[in-house]
Amino acid sequence: MPARTRPLSPHLSVYRWQIGNSLSILHRITGAALGLGLLALSYWLVSLAGGEESFRTAQRVLSSPVGTACLIAWTFAFLFHLLNGVRHLFWDLGLGFERTQRHLSGWLAVLGALLLTAGAWAMLWHGGRP
Amino acid sequence: MSLRSPLGKVLGTGSAKKGTEHWWAQRLSAVALIALTLWFFFSLLLLPALDYMTVRAWLSVPLTAFLAVLLIAVAAYHSYLGTDVIVEDYVHAAAPKLFLLLALRFVYVLCAGAAIFSILRISFGS
Repeated sequence: MPARTRPLSPHLSVYRWQIGNSLSILHRITGAALGLGLLALSYWLVSLAGGEESFRTAQRVLSSPVGTACLIAWTFAFLFHLLNGVRHLFWDLGLGFERTQRHLSGWLAVLGALLLTAGAWAMLWHGGRP
Repeated sequence: MSLRSPLGKVLGTGSAKKGTEHWWAQRLSAVALIALTLWFFFSLLLLPALDYMTVRAWLSVPLTAFLAVLLIAVAAYHSYLGTDVIVEDYVHAAAPKLFLLLALRFVYVLCAGAAIFSILRISFGS
């Protein structure tokens, strides 16, 4: 049977970018990123069980410029996925569907995640941490 | 108004006979992860340092090890449910799709298994 070129759903290219679909996509991207973060967390725990030497190696990898960038990105991904996930759970209960509620909770999730990420890293860097 | 048939409701099935289970598992694991991830995040943040001795001593506490095992298990499960959907959504050719779905299962079991085994090793002091 010849393959027909039928239009595929969703028609991503015809959507106007707005808070709703942007955050929906960001939720999926951060979720996928956190899957990789779980790999890193596992590596960190394995290195901890392996002894002081292997833990120091892991800490060196994670505190390198690339490692730090990844950790900051994972912090944001975690906090956003958490806050936006709570938003989804409220929707599952049938709450918060009004236009203003949707927009407000969406911006709260983004800004909350950004602020908490900044706060967490300020604590890590100014608390005399390695 | 519900779009589900009365029989489907009784049997707990969705249009593909199993959609509701996946949906519920994702939500329940999400609710559990709210508590588990927040505990882990703030515990790490509030440790006096993140050096070998401090982190190991922290993870040696039975309650910490117990919660950490739960966190890894539930997070891996939730992540597996989510990445499965991503693969199903974007990978349409049968062979690559099957390969990715199976590979992801192996990666998650391997990764969670190694992490949980490590926590237990530290907790039981070997």
